[in-house]
Amino acid sequence: MTHASGERASREIAVEGLARVEGEGSLRVDVRDGSVADVALEIFEPPRFFEALLVGRRLDEAPDITARICGICPVAYQMSACSAIERARSVVIDPRVRALRRLLYCGEWIQSHALHIYLLHAPDFLGCDDALGLARIDRGSLARGLRIKRTGNELMAAIGGRSVHPVNVRVGGFYRAPPPADLTALAGPLRRAREDALATVEWVATFDFPDVEAEYRFVALHDPDGYAIESGVVTSSEGLETDAAGFADVVVEEHAARSTALHARIGGRDSYLTGPLARYALNGAQLPEVARQAATAAGLGTACRNPFRSIIVRAVELVFACDEALRLVEAYDAPDPPAAVVTPGPGTGAGATEAPRGLLLHRYELDPDGAIAVARIMAPTSQNHLVIEEDLRRVAQDGLDLSDEELTRRCEQAVRNHDPCISCAAHFLDVEVVRR
Amino acid sequence: MTGPPSPVLDPRPTLAVWKFASCDGCQLSLLDCEDELLDLADKVHIAHFTEMSRASVDGPYDLSLVEGSITTPGDAERIVAVRRASRRLVTIGACATAGGIQGLRDFASTGDYVSAVYAHPEYISTLDTSTPIAAHVPVDYELQGCPIDRHQLLEVITAFLSERRPVIPAHSVCQECKARETVCLVVGRGVACLGPVTRAGCGALCPAVGRGCFGCFGPAETANTSSMAARLGSLGVAPVDIVRLFRTFNAGAPAFRDESLDHDTR
Repeated sequence: MTHASGERASREIAVEGLARVEGEGSLRVDVRDGSVADVALEIFEPPRFFEALLVGRRLDEAPDITARICGICPVAYQMSACSAIERARSVVIDPRVRALRRLLYCGEWIQSHALHIYLLHAPDFLGCDDALGLARIDRGSLARGLRIKRTGNELMAAIGGRSVHPVNVRVGGFYRAPPPADLTALAGPLRRAREDALATVEWVATFDFPDVEAEYRFVALHDPDGYAIESGVVTSSEGLETDAAGFADVVVEEHAARSTALHARIGGRDSYLTGPLARYALNGAQLPEVARQAATAAGLGTACRNPFRSIIVRAVELVFACDEALRLVEAYDAPDPPAAVVTPGPGTGAGATEAPRGLLLHRYELDPDGAIAVARIMAPTSQNHLVIEEDLRRVAQDGLDLSDEELTRRCEQAVRNHDPCISCAAHFLDVEVVRR
Repeated sequence: MTGPPSPVLDPRPTLAVWKFASCDGCQLSLLDCEDELLDLADKVHIAHFTEMSRASVDGPYDLSLVEGSITTPGDAERIVAVRRASRRLVTIGACATAGGIQGLRDFASTGDYVSAVYAHPEYISTLDTSTPIAAHVPVDYELQGCPIDRHQLLEVITAFLSERRPVIPAHSVCQECKARETVCLVVGRGVACLGPVTRAGCGALCPAVGRGCFGCFGPAETANTSSMAARLGSLGVAPVDIVRLFRTFNAGAPAFRDESLDHDTR
């Protein structure tokens, strides 16, 4: 629902129930005397209290319970939970387990990025209300997106049993290593998906992009072994380099009145951005040749600071994820045993991984019996929240000459640029633009 | 190509998807029907589905799918309005049918929960309970699962739009293990498994990877949970762990709730 009112010099643009995002939130832009007085991205998702309900649960229950924070990126939750608990218990992980985790995570990147590009974000650029509108003007493109998404889901199901809340992940590794034949059967679809992803980069590069540049503080994991997904140290464009535990210590999360999510600042001061733009800026040199060439052909430099062009970066990451999945499928060596033994016991550990939409950090303190005593979860959208509001302010100010309808669409698009997951952040989005 | 048909002249039945406290995973199952989504949208007018579209048509709706549990005073009012606008209402997933994982608050003090997560508990408007939709309004059908199975979802949509009962098995996961020839984990390896009391629908995924069923589809129609608990005890599962097994995503489902309370000595 959208409403706008008043004279153009002063007006309010409001979207209650922001669509095509995961979860429930709203957007409000307040324009007074020809300039933007206030913007708010409000998260109204009912709180679900995960950090509290985890207390007293056994350490091996954390991956399945935290997966239920988000149906779109459950693997991210499972992987960050496993990483944190394995550090707390000083568990050594077999490199073959790590490779299989990365492969499962590639499946999640593929389905989530395809979902966001084709079903949630692209309709904005083409003037459609949704993917069904896109299907009416370009059914072939949507079919391509659904084909990519299906391959991501099939990869997740082959390893995890199903794509929403996979069942095969455990602390230490997997319950069972998938038979090699189940994975090699996916090589063909992944090759096709990589071609489709390359076509996606070309397709989204033809969209019209508002001319906006922002000075972002980028934060992403960095892994010397490859474009970071399931492991790495936390780095920033300002030279930060720390492990997950150190990052948890420097980030302060504020609780704003207008939201059931928490807003994160480095050192309690600076907003920062995680996700595709940050990963591309900090780790882009590690992308495989096929993804780098696609990026160059699409006009991306070594960093992209136009948030509307994040759809191109997401498409480049889609090429990477398909290519990386194919590489891992071809190199698959079934881990035996499929999981390290994890004994219950005390400890404190933090783990961070790259969810499709940004850095996801878990930190746990375990009591002497191995039950969770304290849990902390920093979701990507909580970390990106302040930057999304800063973008909204910039976009609204630049778009004051637009009609209410156009400005509302532009503001919604500015929020979707960062693929917010309101379910993760607590639950989010409704848009309101006020002009007075 | 032309735009969408006018709602007034559109002969297709209308479908609405609503979200309450949840993870979005069950409504995502609809978008995960990659091969069927466009055909479905040809046959059904998707009139309200916020995760998919910014366009929304006012009700009444022929069929509403409801995801999520009721955890706030505002949502308790909203579900009444949704029911009023819906000819048929089907709940999808463990949150909407049993209160979900957030229903664990029902076994603790919500005040403790709020202050554990938020610095300013006074900003948070929440109920002490996480209740299923059927605790608030009449429900025509409940589809279980955390998450639901998308094939079952398509069956339910098809059935309701053609005015027949959905064909969804009410038996336990055990039958699915037999069907896929998975050797029984309880009998063969002494693994704790909730399969005998858990509703089929997932395809017995966990036993197939050597993991005991953890009950994510909730209770089967005639679940003998006390016999299950006795068997778990004989496998060496401590009472505190029997409580944990029954108290996850379907903790509020009566059969699981009552059994967990029987073993909760706190």
